[in-house]
Amino acid sequence: MDVASAKLIGAGLAAIGTGAAAIGVGFVFGQFLNSALRNPAAADGQQGRLFLGFALAELLGLMAFTVALLILFVF
Amino acid sequence: MAGKIDPMHQFTVEPLVPLHIGKYDISLTNSAAWMIATLAVIIGFMALGMKRQLVPGRWQMAVEGLTGFVDDLVKVNIGPEGKKFTPYIFSLFTFILVANLLGLVPLAIVPGWHTFTPTSHFSITGVLALLSFSLVLIVGFWRHGFHFFSLFVPQGTPIYMLPLIIPIEIVSFLVRPFSLALRLFVAMMSGHILMDVFGSFIANGFASGSVAGWGVGIVSFIFIVGVGALELLVCALQAYVFALLTSLYLNDAINLH
Repeated sequence: MDVASAKLIGAGLAAIGTGAAAIGVGFVFGQFLNSALRNPAAADGQQGRLFLGFALAELLGLMAFTVALLILFVF
Repeated sequence: MAGKIDPMHQFTVEPLVPLHIGKYDISLTNSAAWMIATLAVIIGFMALGMKRQLVPGRWQMAVEGLTGFVDDLVKVNIGPEGKKFTPYIFSLFTFILVANLLGLVPLAIVPGWHTFTPTSHFSITGVLALLSFSLVLIVGFWRHGFHFFSLFVPQGTPIYMLPLIIPIEIVSFLVRPFSLALRLFVAMMSGHILMDVFGSFIANGFASGSVAGWGVGIVSFIFIVGVGALELLVCALQAYVFALLTSLYLNDAINLH
């Protein structure tokens, strides 16, 4: 296998990580909705924490995307 | 017939007005031009709405909504001490929001023109993140002196856990500017790449003239409408997250948990 095709396969494998981040983001919003429907009065006060959790979960997926870009364009 | 898909081309920084002083290249690039446009939009929006009328008109309501939103954000996350940081958080939020949204304006229907998103470059978001991080450091050391280092020791940690907790806290503190900048830059960049790739699918699909090509073009078109709406949401969300995280970090520096 030559280097060019190995690079493409590696970038594709790195992109799997973004799917894992999708699970994380879905979990954050799903759990939020789950508890917000049980206690709607308390939901608005927790929006900051909701977006904090979303940002942290999303960041790790973006890391995977960055790795894919690094493999494709830097090496 | 089918054009080659080159999604990275839109991120090239090109000089519009070449300008060299000595060996330094200080040309006005398209990045700088779009940042100036961003500034002009913000100033125009604010100037038209800051009328201080007792019964506000529509425009004044829009401006008051924006300032009230940022004011609430700072008040909830930092508390009364944070009032003096509201202008900084507001500038950060509006700049990122307007720069993101201006990048989505479909200017490319004019041949030879295309929009440029300054926030899709790590050099821009990195500077914004460094500004926030240095503000946190300066405020923290100004108010608490060397007591600021107690930030790395969460309250109520058992003594035998400290050798493990302190390095983790230090690393998570030092990685903050990097994660702030990376999140905004990658979110904007990946969105634009996605739109460019599917836009090319539409153009190449219809240009191929075959039935399968038309099918791909129509499906891509429906998809890109949805992605465009999602991108608008992401633009606002990333600006909000940047402002939110900056105010949370400032809260750490002011109130030391």
